[in-house]
Amino acid sequence: MMTISEGYVHELAEKGLRLDKRKFDEFRDVEIETNVIKSAEGSAQVKLGNTIVIAGIKMSVGEPFEDKPDEGVLMVGAELTPIADPDFEPGPPDIRSIEFARVVDRTVRESKMIDVKALKINEEAVWIVNVDLHVMNFDGNLIDAGNLAAVAALATAKMPKYENGKVNYDEKSGALPITAMPISVTTVKINGKLLIDPTKEEENAADARLTVSIKNDGNICSLQKGGTEGFTVEELDKMLLIAAEKQENLRAALK
Amino acid sequence: MRKFTNMLKVMPIRADGRSKEELRELVIKAGVLKNAEGSAYVKMGNTVAVAGVYGPRELFPKFLQNPEKAHLKCRYNMAPFSTKDRKRPGQDRRSQEISKVVADALEAAIFTKEFPKVGIDIYIEILQGDAGTRCAGINAASVALADAGIPMRGLIAAVAAGKVDGDYVLDLTYNEEEKTKADIPVAYMPSMKKITLLQMDGDLSADDLKNVVNVAIKGCEKVYEAQVEALKNKYTAVL
Repeated sequence: MMTISEGYVHELAEKGLRLDKRKFDEFRDVEIETNVIKSAEGSAQVKLGNTIVIAGIKMSVGEPFEDKPDEGVLMVGAELTPIADPDFEPGPPDIRSIEFARVVDRTVRESKMIDVKALKINEEAVWIVNVDLHVMNFDGNLIDAGNLAAVAALATAKMPKYENGKVNYDEKSGALPITAMPISVTTVKINGKLLIDPTKEEENAADARLTVSIKNDGNICSLQKGGTEGFTVEELDKMLLIAAEKQENLRAALK
Repeated sequence: MRKFTNMLKVMPIRADGRSKEELRELVIKAGVLKNAEGSAYVKMGNTVAVAGVYGPRELFPKFLQNPEKAHLKCRYNMAPFSTKDRKRPGQDRRSQEISKVVADALEAAIFTKEFPKVGIDIYIEILQGDAGTRCAGINAASVALADAGIPMRGLIAAVAAGKVDGDYVLDLTYNEEEKTKADIPVAYMPSMKKITLLQMDGDLSADDLKNVVNVAIKGCEKVYEAQVEALKNKYTAVL
């Protein structure tokens, strides 16, 4: 349903403006705080404007997957709890949280950020790394905020000690085997214009969306298109350029 | 001998004998089911998808009714016998995500505003899977929508492409997908020159990515011709 704000966002875009006065290719203020959760092996809270996402890492020891006996397990989950938005409802994950978790999962996985082979302990046991994304306040662009939180949490996580077949959470054995740092940049198309880091109002008004995830070597490790309209090859080229340039801002915030 | 190596350079033979930018054997049939208002069968090599469309019809639950446009519902489902290891029946997280991106890809083609408050349901069943199932599903659903007589801006065609051993290759099989640097499904509406689905996982430079997308778009144009042909065939058969 076209709401008043949707029409207004379209009108503004036409004039080159945004509700919060940002430029089309400007991120909102980013704040990253790591080690915010004491009970987790790694954690980070990311504020992207009014969007707040907490990522928490829990590690345990278990059996490897049958088809990947030499690799540890890395999994990303997400919960959009009702605390974050009046429209979020409790209950099993809906399609929005599933897509959110799967896109962040693919970005972290495909970038090979964690060397999963190094998570093997012995023939029967591997480390299982669970990244859980908890949305505390929703104002659009969950994917970029969530990805940043997951990456910051993984990069600063400390592995517990594994002794005599048991995990000792009180003692730490070092950092996770990190090999890359992926950053995602989401662009939406509104009224033919391309805007990065959409707010909730802008997401509602968007015709199409593209998330581009880029590693520190400049290569792309994942893409996800959303929205009910298409875009041209020229628009794709533009979005790739914007993402390559603007990922630097988020990367700088990580340091 | 020399001739032979030259030939290899021009046409790197793939495991199934195809050249780089060649589609797998493609079979499309429109109107294959009696009860669905529109339906289609698509076979891309060993990947088989059947799509059925119901609607526009009254939409329940009522709160989903949108006074501005039709509500498009899409369910992508893999049959338990469609994979090497039996797939547990029902919608897992992967199926749910694919259902969503496929619905978005198809909605770009449909004049949904012509049908406020009603629902259009698209059911995609993957009967046999050998990579490219979401693309085969889109190809079938697009023909099924047209077969159901739903007004569209054009057909949506889809095919994946990737980079294997330094070559850009079209329409990957499962074995090729295992070796690829990246697997990129693309859905494209030739009539509007628009990309309506784009996903990727892997590791590619921006230039490689653009080249792979171009190979995929060329493939989509070929699929599109086969879709049109399938629709024509159905109706000439009646005459």
